[in-house]
Amino acid sequence: MKEIYFDNSATTRVLDSVKDIVVKVMTEDYGNPSARHRKGKEAEDYVKAAADQVAKTLKVQPKEILFTSGGTESNNLALIGSALANRRAGKHIITTRIEHPSVYNPLIMLEEQGFEVTYLNVDSQGHISLDELKENLRPDTILVSVMFVNNEIGAEEPVPEIGRIVREAAPSALFHVDAIQAYGKYRIWPKKMGIDLLSVSAHKIHGPKGVGFLYINEKAKVKPLILGGGQQRGMRSGTENVPGIAGLGLAAQEAYTDFDEKISYIRGLKDYFIDNVSELDGVCVNSPKGEGSAPQIASVSFEGIRSEILLHALEDKGIYVSSGSACSSNHPAISGTLKGIGLKRELLDATLRFSFGIFNTREEIDGCIGALRELLPLLRRYQRG
Amino acid sequence: MEYQSFLIKYAEIGIKGKNRYLFEDALIKQINQALKKTEGGFLVSKESGRIYAQASKPFDYDEAVEALKKVFGIAAICPMVQVEDQGYEDLKEKVKQYVDEVYPDKRFTFKVAARRANKQYPVGSEQMNRDLGELILEAFPETRVDVHNPDVLLRVEVRHKINIFSEIIPGPGGMPVGTNGKAMLLLSGGIDSPVAGYMIAKRGVRIEAVYFHAPPYTSDRAKQKVVDLAKIVAQYAGPIPLHIVNFTDIQLYIYDQCPHEELTIIMRRYMMRIAERLAEQSGCHGLITGESIGQVASQTMQSLAATDDACGMPVFRPVIGFDKQEIVDVAEKIGTYETSIQPYEDCCTIFVAKHPVTKPNLGIIRRSEENLQEKIDELVEQAITTVETVWCR
Repeated sequence: MKEIYFDNSATTRVLDSVKDIVVKVMTEDYGNPSARHRKGKEAEDYVKAAADQVAKTLKVQPKEILFTSGGTESNNLALIGSALANRRAGKHIITTRIEHPSVYNPLIMLEEQGFEVTYLNVDSQGHISLDELKENLRPDTILVSVMFVNNEIGAEEPVPEIGRIVREAAPSALFHVDAIQAYGKYRIWPKKMGIDLLSVSAHKIHGPKGVGFLYINEKAKVKPLILGGGQQRGMRSGTENVPGIAGLGLAAQEAYTDFDEKISYIRGLKDYFIDNVSELDGVCVNSPKGEGSAPQIASVSFEGIRSEILLHALEDKGIYVSSGSACSSNHPAISGTLKGIGLKRELLDATLRFSFGIFNTREEIDGCIGALRELLPLLRRYQRG
Repeated sequence: MEYQSFLIKYAEIGIKGKNRYLFEDALIKQINQALKKTEGGFLVSKESGRIYAQASKPFDYDEAVEALKKVFGIAAICPMVQVEDQGYEDLKEKVKQYVDEVYPDKRFTFKVAARRANKQYPVGSEQMNRDLGELILEAFPETRVDVHNPDVLLRVEVRHKINIFSEIIPGPGGMPVGTNGKAMLLLSGGIDSPVAGYMIAKRGVRIEAVYFHAPPYTSDRAKQKVVDLAKIVAQYAGPIPLHIVNFTDIQLYIYDQCPHEELTIIMRRYMMRIAERLAEQSGCHGLITGESIGQVASQTMQSLAATDDACGMPVFRPVIGFDKQEIVDVAEKIGTYETSIQPYEDCCTIFVAKHPVTKPNLGIIRRSEENLQEKIDELVEQAITTVETVWCR
């Protein structure tokens, strides 16, 4: 059975070239970048090269790139680190109701520490309202954190506009963007877009797991969370994950090579999938076609079928997808994306996310649509209750 | 001073008359199995109604005790310090040192019980009791002697070496696994069935298990959870072969052919039938379930009777009279609870009706099952021939 992997927003297959460099660093150039000898220097060169590669894709300086263990750590550092560093300027933070848990859980922690968090609503497309943002910006707002694209439905937030508004209305506030699903899919230029902090994970862009970075505007004040031997200018102690960082650097460079071709290819797959899946009975597509929605993410609800069962039925046919992550938080302000966009209650538990990547093909989509056509009536026949 | 060996006491098997050696040998085998996982290189031997486990290499004391606490048939575990016979004065020193190290808080009452198995030893046991008692009283003035009900019963056994011991760690009780036949456990992934398996295994019964898997309605993680549970029960019961039955087609067929509110009860009857067939194949003498009266609709007295009717083998339900909390208490004690509460759906609940029958009428259920005549035998055969067996140890 041929594998059809449509879960590229969960993680991606590592590129062969990335694998090769990771193996090379692990087995040949395995020095510690802090070591004074030649082997240490070689390792340090990999880290520098990766910072250069990443910086180029964002049009920022290499020294503004801080390597982390991945998206979650980047988000934690961006939120907690900047809140701690700027607490004397104010204790107000603005975010949205549809952030990833690696954003809202640090924010809940900060609320417990006396910070005040405003959660912006989203419309049925998953977009925040710029007016609502303006109304909530205050002199004591120190941080605005908004995701670039939503991980569940692919909604694009108006990042450049948010950046402009924050600059104008609250110039001392930092603007953090969780770009974990967006990096490699969009041209993101922090300096132009007014972004001070940007979180990225390597394994969403065909890089290795366990590595990512946080872009930190050189003017932004952020307190480190991991203390120790003072690596990475004291901002993140611990011996650098050199194989991972080297892999990340190459994956980043690859992602932005032939960028337009790749993105239009992936978007083509998504639109083709949406065209076909829309023709099936009892289907509701939550991610629009075309611009304005992430090129790789298609969220689809299937009336009368529990998503987990459909997920496993597809799995039996070698097709891998995600179920819409149910919101696990008890925090009243955090809704989960699907609830946040006002999806009907009975569809909340009936939604799957299909996410595409450069390795996917139209034939695979045809195979998946065929499987759905066969499974949907079968699964609808057998129901609880 | 370090413990080098254990004296292992057993209770119930002491009363087994002429078969006693069978039980003792089974217990020794289980102790060997359990201690094999530790590093001590233990030698387990039987000596006049007692079992000794003697380490030949350094070992992790806590790990060894934990392993022994999982061997059914052990009533008590006494860790012993063993000293060479280097004269009576030296023994006195060792006893003093032992008491000092094992009991940091000296406010206790004690009694010395010496035993001279080596009759060549120059001092008699009565004399030793008096001498050692006096020695302890003098060395640790806070201690008191109480010959009737002492806090600490200090034993000194003179054999070719001298054993000093006083601590008694309770064992799990029960009987050695393998002395009471074999039974098939219906393992669901919930809290109750692993407890039921544990309780029957505790009576010396070897366990096999069956799990009904219903892909795509139940996931691989649900299956893994059952494997994990079987592995935990196997720490007590010994290796468990887990038979995984693909139940989806049978379930869907019942769904198609029978009234929906009878689905659960009919499904459970087929589970019993398949379990019985597998039990016969592997030489089991009974089935074990984790049912408890009234816990859910399918466990009312009427439902239990209707389920029971489906198979001829005796069905043992050791938690039948337990409240949920009582079952949870055992699950926590044996270490299955954390795994059982992982939220993966089992196949009993996926199609459950809004209002399932709670007082099924056997006649009606049997009539409903007649609707299944056309294909059910074939489906059951297919389920049995495609069973996947995983050894959980």
